[in-house]
Amino acid sequence: MAKIQFIDFSGTVHAVDAELGSTVMETAIKNGIPGIEAECGGACACATCHVYIDPEWQEKVGAPSSMEEDMLDFAYDIRPNSRLSCQIKVSNDLDGLTVRTPERQA
Amino acid sequence: MADKTTTDCLIIGAGPVGLFAVFELGLLDIKAHVVDILDKIGGQCAELYPEKPIYDIPGFPSVTGQGLVDNLKAQIEPFGAQFHLGEMVTEVEALGSETAPLFSIKTTAGTEFEAKSVLIAAGGGSFQPKKPPIPGIEAYEQQSVFYSIRRMEDFRGRNVLIVGGGDSALDWTLNLASIAQRVTLLHRRDEFRAAPHSVDKMRQLVREGIVDLRIGQVIGLEGHDGRLQNALCRDNDGKTLEVKCDAMMPFFGLTMKLGPIANWGLSLHENLVPVDTEKFETSTPGIFAIGDINTYPGKLKLILSGFHEGALAAQKVQRYVHPDRRVTFQYTTSSTSLQKKLGVA
Repeated sequence: MAKIQFIDFSGTVHAVDAELGSTVMETAIKNGIPGIEAECGGACACATCHVYIDPEWQEKVGAPSSMEEDMLDFAYDIRPNSRLSCQIKVSNDLDGLTVRTPERQA
Repeated sequence: MADKTTTDCLIIGAGPVGLFAVFELGLLDIKAHVVDILDKIGGQCAELYPEKPIYDIPGFPSVTGQGLVDNLKAQIEPFGAQFHLGEMVTEVEALGSETAPLFSIKTTAGTEFEAKSVLIAAGGGSFQPKKPPIPGIEAYEQQSVFYSIRRMEDFRGRNVLIVGGGDSALDWTLNLASIAQRVTLLHRRDEFRAAPHSVDKMRQLVREGIVDLRIGQVIGLEGHDGRLQNALCRDNDGKTLEVKCDAMMPFFGLTMKLGPIANWGLSLHENLVPVDTEKFETSTPGIFAIGDINTYPGKLKLILSGFHEGALAAQKVQRYVHPDRRVTFQYTTSSTSLQKKLGVA
């Protein structure tokens, strides 16, 4: 288990347990985090599980793959710390990860 | 006024579930027309994940989204359903009675139907263009900001700003380069997901000074009364630049919205349509909902569930369309009459 903090657009903090090996998107959906839609179900095909990685965590989380970059072109309000949460696997290294969810996904 | 097309069943949505419903209805001699907002059949399978393998279609250890659509298309071929693509159903009005339903249906393209039954297989809703997060963009829509292009001529002599890095953005950049006064392509990075040969052509036009390429994102619009004059953009170093333009086209892909279904008088629950699990009929007799758009206790949003729902809904549609028929259940493996319909006997 790892802890993940989601901070939604209104500023509310949701601290949840995440299963190792699952994705940050799956963790969000399982816990009903506002602001994550995941229309395509995790296929990296829709850009509606877009999150902003807390700057302190950006290096550990790493950069998106080129396929994810392509999908990020379609995300709403993209920033340098944007990632698609379906492409981030939860590991012990990410215990304590903080991400913010955008105002909306599309 | 256009003539109304009469049909036994109008299917809304040409995704896998709507396509297979054509098959189940066809076996029961129920003629169908299919309307879809996309310009191709296949719904999410074709639009979102054409090349991704699906592993839970019975009988197919692995099949791609497009592969499944192609197979369904071949499977329903004998039933000659007519497709109305690039149209969205806007109005569904009940004309008939509870026991003999009849509906008047209108689409965005002005097509009108009179159908004895309506099968909503609209998945996550209708695909609509994503809008970029630019304050006040609504004021410019229709006049200066366009999410799709109907007539290229409308852009003759205009200063056009195209935003995005996919195929739509690149294709329109190339197409409008010779028509518009000036085309500027703006993208958030200097890499493009569009087809490589389009990207090469675009770069060639940029080298020749015919197209301007800028890297950044639009942060604001300037103009009056819906007439755009300038787009304020920010590059990746935070510098602001102005692009003079009187037309802007953002191409950020599609998202799904429930859309006009909410206005048809159906009971809804969290943007889904509640149905019973015997007939998959909605709160309005004669209107059915199958696939991802419906909800009921235990609902699973799986393609295979949608196939099952279509088969059961078809049985009840049959009651409306052929009320006097004695219903006998038949198998495609053994029934000569079904095999004739399939063109194999």
